[in-house]
Amino acid sequence: MTVWLAVIVASLAVWALKTSGYLIPRRFVENAMMARVAAVVTVALLASLVVSQTLQSTAGIGLDARVPALGVAAVLLYYKAPFLVVLLGAGFVAAGLRFFGILA
Amino acid sequence: MDSEFHASHLRRARSHGLQVALAVSLYGISFGALAVVLGFSVWQAMVLSLLMFSGASQFAFIGIMASGGLPAAGAAIASAGLLGVRNGLYALRLSPLIGPGFVRRGVAAQLTVDESTAVAIAQSDTQAARHGFWTTAIVLYLGWNVATLIGALAGDAIGDVRAWGLDAVAAAAFLALLWPRLSAREPVVIAAVAAAITVVLVPLVPAGIPILVVALVAIVTAIVRHRTNPSSPDGPQGGAQ
Repeated sequence: MTVWLAVIVASLAVWALKTSGYLIPRRFVENAMMARVAAVVTVALLASLVVSQTLQSTAGIGLDARVPALGVAAVLLYYKAPFLVVLLGAGFVAAGLRFFGILA
Repeated sequence: MDSEFHASHLRRARSHGLQVALAVSLYGISFGALAVVLGFSVWQAMVLSLLMFSGASQFAFIGIMASGGLPAAGAAIASAGLLGVRNGLYALRLSPLIGPGFVRRGVAAQLTVDESTAVAIAQSDTQAARHGFWTTAIVLYLGWNVATLIGALAGDAIGDVRAWGLDAVAAAAFLALLWPRLSAREPVVIAAVAAAITVVLVPLVPAGIPILVVALVAIVTAIVRHRTNPSSPDGPQGGAQ
């Protein structure tokens, strides 16, 4: 499988899910259970992605400048900072710690 | 007087949609830049924003592909798809609002994401909901794609991901998407368990596998919880796509 094929297949899958909601008559879907599954899966996958993107390294788990950067992002989110500020804050902290050789 | 009141309603719905769409669009810059920095071409980043058009799915796809390479393609596709399931549920809910017409429903389907749904269902009457939906949807689609292009072109000039802290930006992006959903005890517990499973599995199995295990556990948990306690949260809970 090439990267292009993966890009197309994933995009079509997400598109098909949106479209199916307009094609399937509402009564064929047990809405309450599906809503529960979608809500739980969304939270679980995002939490898993936060962890893997923060800790995953070539040697398995690695603690580096991403950890304090994520902490700063959490503080900014707590104070309801806009998304872009949160992302810039995290990037700034990680880049700064690496520039001054404080953390890898 | 009634029609004047109604017109102000519609104006408010459109202005609400415009604000949400413009704010979230900016976020597309980070998607475009990150995609290119992680090794995708400008065109691949654009196809993801034009065709997939769902922020959480897009970030998940590029994140998993970047850490696992082609062997993780299956996990990347599955994760993007699972994160897209909620759009299908929003579509079910918005379907009567959008009304008939093949083209209109087809366009509405592609534009059915967290933000357009949230603005639509926050309005107090059907017509305001329609205005809110279409304003948010169209402005966000255009804004998100322009922003992706700007970010992707800038990303081409960046080079070293780590020196710019862009790996931390990716982690912060997922946290920002997760944050608004942690509004009750149940999602907090689910997030904590998912995080714990991931920490344990990351050193043991290839990249992309931990997230599939988490997805499986989440689906089973949701079904069991629904059987034992059917009160259910519904609708989008704000935040970026």
